[in-house]
Amino acid sequence: MSGPARDNPRSISPIFWLLFGAGGMVSALFGPALILITGLLAPTGTGIPESFLSYDHALAFARNPIGKLVLLAVIALFFWHGAERLFLTLKDMKAGPSLVLKLGTYGVAAAVTLATIGLLLAIGF
Amino acid sequence: MPDPAKRELRILRYQPGVDAAPAFGTFWVENAENLSVLEALQSIKDTLDGSLAFRWSCRMAVCGSCGMMINGAPKLACSTLLRDLPPGPVTVEPLNNFPIERDLVISVGGFVKKIESIYPYIIPKEPRTIAQGPYLQTPAQLAAYESFSDCINCMLCYAACPQFGENPDFIGPGAMALLQRYNGDSRDAGRQKRLDAIHGEDGVWSCTAVGICSEVCPKSVDPANAVNQNKTNSAFDFFLRFLRKE
Ligand code: SF4
Ligand code: FES
Repeated sequence: MSGPARDNPRSISPIFWLLFGAGGMVSALFGPALILITGLLAPTGTGIPESFLSYDHALAFARNPIGKLVLLAVIALFFWHGAERLFLTLKDMKAGPSLVLKLGTYGVAAAVTLATIGLLLAIGF
Repeated sequence: MPDPAKRELRILRYQPGVDAAPAFGTFWVENAENLSVLEALQSIKDTLDGSLAFRWSCRMAVCGSCGMMINGAPKLACSTLLRDLPPGPVTVEPLNNFPIERDLVISVGGFVKKIESIYPYIIPKEPRTIAQGPYLQTPAQLAAYESFSDCINCMLCYAACPQFGENPDFIGPGAMALLQRYNGDSRDAGRQKRLDAIHGEDGVWSCTAVGICSEVCPKSVDPANAVNQNKTNSAFDFFLRFLRKE
């Protein structure tokens, strides 16, 4: 039990919890609109210019520094949000040893974050 | 037609050291449509079996002693009326997630230790003499913590919480509500001590935001809200401690 009388080490959960919270906020604010625009409106050409999802457009967006930040935030934070929720669910289901579950959730989110940063830098400015 | 005046209660009985395992005992109570579950237990104790053990005191949802599982859900026996329960036998068991002391009486020692661990009293910002008069508070300052001060320590939220069921060391919803009652009080200066008491894995971070604690709370305390606020506070404290002068 936590308490003044006991040795009570600080948990590192706040790091994951804040990423989870930020991801929840970003996905709630932008997730549905993104699905609507990139998943439905753009592919069917409804109300959106035809060139919207063209390679040149997407590349220009990914080369813009602010565009890079937006892409990183959307991709990485979505993953961190999902990772935390999945980890807690799998832990409650006792689906496996904690380290395996952490690697399968937080590990994936970390790998995706690093890969995204790497790709965004490799694409150039 | 079953007689609404008579009701069957199946009560979990257990005397550690004497009984091999908990087992249900069946009792029929008279005049059932006018009784609370607590009154039914009292009538059983008075007329059928004097050895039945259960806790109660106020009979009016104020003292928090009479929490038990009624038809599988954590409830106050004094404010649960037999006539409001679905027809058929009523099962009565001790609160989930706690060791049984005897029959419907559970051990509260762990819970009391948790309450003690969060400094459940005002730690004044400055010492004040009697001549200086009472501390004053605006209605807004009162509103900041008042709902959390409604907690009656009934432990229904602990009986409902799956994380407390998994980890009996988890500080749990009720203690967090009490913590917020003091941390939210404008007269208090103990916030940092309390945040330090809950920053571990068994502190606020064992919660996975299930939220059932607030659903079962008989006093609408919303302990889940207290837990959430303190996740935020504890998370900021995690990073801000580097800027803090000790
Ligand atoms: S928060 Fe509600 S359910 Fe929990 S101990 Fe307090 S009054 Fe009971
Ligand atoms: S007897 Fe006091 S709350 Fe039920």
